[in-house]
Amino acid sequence: MAEDPVTLTVDGVELTVPAGTTILEAAAQLGIEIPVICWHEATTANGLCRVCVVDEDGGRLLQPACIAECRAGASIETRNERALRSRRTILEMLAASVDLSEAPEIEAAMADCEADAQRFPDARAREHELIDDNPFYLRDYSQCVLCWRCVQVCAEDAQYTFALTLDGRGHDTQVATAFDISMTESPCVFCGQCVGVCPTGALKPKVEWGLEQGLAPDEIRSLTRAPRRRREE
Amino acid sequence: MNGQLPDDSLDNLLAPYAGRGREALLPVLWDVQTAAGHISPEAVHRISHCLRVPEADIYGVIGFYSLFHANPTGQRIVRVCTDPVCGLRGGDALLEALPDDPQVTIEHSPCLGLCEHAPAALVSVRGEGERSLAPLTDVAQLLTPDALPDYPVVHAAEPAVLLEGAQPDRAQTLADYGDYAGLRRALALTPDEIVALLDESGLIGRGGAAFPTGRKWHFTRGDPQARRWLVCNADESEPGTFKDRALMEACPHRLLEGMAIAARCIGANHGYLFIRGEYPLATQRLAAAIAEAEAANLLGVGIGGSDFDFRIEIRRGAGAYICGEESALFEAIEGKRGFPRIKPPYPTDVGLFGEPTTVNNVETLAAVPGILVHGAAWFRSMGTEGSSGSKLVSVSGHVRKPGVYEIEPGITLRAFLDGLCGGVEGELQAVLMGGAAGTFLRPEQIDVKLSFEDLRAAGSTFGSGAIMVFNETVDLRDVLQRLARFFQHESCGKCFPCQLGTQRQLELLQRAPQPGDAQRLHDVGWTMTEASLCGLGQTAGSAVLSALEQWPGMFGEVERQHG
Repeated sequence: MAEDPVTLTVDGVELTVPAGTTILEAAAQLGIEIPVICWHEATTANGLCRVCVVDEDGGRLLQPACIAECRAGASIETRNERALRSRRTILEMLAASVDLSEAPEIEAAMADCEADAQRFPDARAREHELIDDNPFYLRDYSQCVLCWRCVQVCAEDAQYTFALTLDGRGHDTQVATAFDISMTESPCVFCGQCVGVCPTGALKPKVEWGLEQGLAPDEIRSLTRAPRRRREE
Repeated sequence: MNGQLPDDSLDNLLAPYAGRGREALLPVLWDVQTAAGHISPEAVHRISHCLRVPEADIYGVIGFYSLFHANPTGQRIVRVCTDPVCGLRGGDALLEALPDDPQVTIEHSPCLGLCEHAPAALVSVRGEGERSLAPLTDVAQLLTPDALPDYPVVHAAEPAVLLEGAQPDRAQTLADYGDYAGLRRALALTPDEIVALLDESGLIGRGGAAFPTGRKWHFTRGDPQARRWLVCNADESEPGTFKDRALMEACPHRLLEGMAIAARCIGANHGYLFIRGEYPLATQRLAAAIAEAEAANLLGVGIGGSDFDFRIEIRRGAGAYICGEESALFEAIEGKRGFPRIKPPYPTDVGLFGEPTTVNNVETLAAVPGILVHGAAWFRSMGTEGSSGSKLVSVSGHVRKPGVYEIEPGITLRAFLDGLCGGVEGELQAVLMGGAAGTFLRPEQIDVKLSFEDLRAAGSTFGSGAIMVFNETVDLRDVLQRLARFFQHESCGKCFPCQLGTQRQLELLQRAPQPGDAQRLHDVGWTMTEASLCGLGQTAGSAVLSALEQWPGMFGEVERQHG
C-alpha cells in the first residue's frame, strides 16, 4: 500500500516527495547540499557522524538528514545557526582527534561552516602507527573518523567476510581484527571494498601510496613487514 | 594456572550452549571470564564454532564491555570506585594505596551503585566470581575481602510500600512476601482490564524517562500475531543511583511478581531480567527468588493452575552504562556490542530480536503488584497529581544518613534532607538531582517539591531519583571532572557528538580554565544535547551546562550565545 506523498519546506522552499524520502534526498532535489561523512550510497546508513543534522520545526533534537524521513508539513532549516553550531562543533572536535589532511571533502565541509580546526588546541588526538601487514593496502588509523563503512562492507553490507570489528569504546574505539592479528592471518580476502569506501586516507592502496613515495612496484611489494604486534592497552 | 583453561574444561563449559546462537554470547563470555580471568584467542576460536559467530565480532564484544578482558589478568581483579561520592570518601586514596602485585589486576571503576556505603569496590576472584565491598576503611580489606561482611541494604521509610517488610541483612523469602496476590488478581483480568487499571493509577516509569506504564504495555500489544517480550531493565548504572539495587536485594519477589503481571498483560512467555554485572549480591538473591517462585508454581509452566506460562532469565551485563539505554540493552541480550539503535521504530513495535517488547525499570515493575491488589485509587492516594504512588530515592554525599528512601512525591527537598536524611553535613553548597545526567540546585532552590512535574517546572529533573548532596568543602570543578570522566569512559562511540564531545568535555575540565573555555564547554554540551543519537549523549553535557548556568563564573565568561 503506497503512502501519500509528503509536502514540506526545506530552507523556505516547498516541495512534495514520496513517503519515505529522507531529508537529505529531499534537499538534494532542491540543489541544497547537506554535508555528510559517514553516509555512503552503498552502505547501511547508521546516522553516526551527525554532520548532516538539520533543524526540524525547532524541535528538542536536531535531526540527522541522512536517515530522518520527511514529515508532512515539516519546516526544515538546513543552515540556521542552531544546525550550524552543532555541525561546526562536531567538525572542530573531529579535527582535534583525527588527521584530516587526506580528507578533502571533510575539509570543504569545515570551510563551508567556518569550523576552526584549532578550536581545541590541547586535545588528545587518536594517534596510531601506520599498519603495513599485507601486500595490498595500508592502514593508518590516525586518519580514521570511525564512519564504520569498512567494517560494514566487510560484513553484511557486501562481503560477509567478517575480518574487521570495532574494538574499544567511546573516543578510543578503533577498527581492528580479532586480537589485532595481521590482515594476512585474518579471514580478509583482499577484495578491496573497504579501501574503496574509506572517506579519508585511513585505508590506502599500497601501490598508489608507494608510487607517490617514488618507489617502483617491486620495491613496494617487498616492503611488507612482519605481522604487527598487539598494541599496548 | 595462569588463566589457561585445559581443553576439556573449555569443552565442558561450552557444552550447555551447543545449538544456541549469538544470544548466548554474553553468558558464554561470562563463564570463560570467570573461569580463566580472561578470554583467550583459543577460547574465542572455540566460542566462534559453538555459537557460529565470527571471531572478529566476538573480539569486538569483549572490547566493548569493561568487565571482560582479552588479555590475562591476575588471580583477582580489584576495581575501586572513584566517581563523585566515593571520590569524596577516599576512593582515590584506596586505589593509590594498592600495592603492585602481579596476582592483582587493579582498575578504576565507574560508579558501583553503593554510594550510601562509599567508598566501594568490586572484586573478581578467578574461578569464583564477583563480590561487592563497602564501606571500605583500609586497603587490606581489598585483598582479604572475606573478612568484610555484606553491607546493610536499606533504610525503609513511610509509606513503606515498595520496601514493605524489607530487612537490612537478607532478602525477603516467599513466606515473608506472600504468594503473589497481585498476580492471582491479574490472572482473573483481561489484558485490557490490566491496562485500564495501570492507566487509571497514573504509574509512570521510574527509570528516568517517566513514560506512562499502561500506555507502554498497550502499545506492545498492537500486533496480536507477533511474539512479544518482557524485559526488566536492572542495568542501573547512573552515578548516584542505587535504589533498584536495594529493592532487588531486599524485596526480589515484588519485582518478579511485577514482571509476571506485565508479561500476562502483554502476552509474553519469556522475560529477561538484565542486571548490571556489578551487582553480584542482587543477582544471587534474584536467582534464589526465581528458584523459589518456580518451585511454588508462581513462575514457570501453568502458573497457579492457569494457562499462563512465564519464565524469567537473568542476564548479566558486563560493564557498560550505555546498556541501560533500552535498545542498547537489546543489543547486549542479542550478543552484540551495546550500541543504541536509531528510533523510531520504538521497542513496543520493533524491540528485542526485532519483535514487540516492553522494557520497564525495576522500580516501575515493583510498583505494579500493589496496584493490582489495592487498586488504582489507592495508588493515586499517594503522591501528587502527576507523580502518583511512592517513589524510591537514592541519597548520597553530605547528609548524615545517606541511603535509599521511599517517599511520597510532594515533600520538599529541604524537608526531606532535614528530616529522613538527618540533615546536611556542614554547609550546603549544591545538590545534583538525577545523577550524572542531571542538573544542579543551589541552596536557595531546595524548597522545590520532589515530584516529576515540580522538578521539571523548576528546570531540574527527578530522573531516576538520585540526589547527591555537596557541602561547602567540595570543589565542584572536581565533581564535574569526575562526571565528565564517567561519560568519557561510558560513551559507546557510535555517534560523533558523544564520542568526541565526552572526550573534549573531559579535557576542558581537566585543564586550568583558559579564555574561551566556557564557550567551548557550552558548544560541546549543546552539540551533545541536540545532535547525539541516544539519551546518554543527549544528557552527557547536562551537569556541565547546568553548572555553567548556576555558577557562570566557574569557567570564565561565555562570549557568544547561540540558540
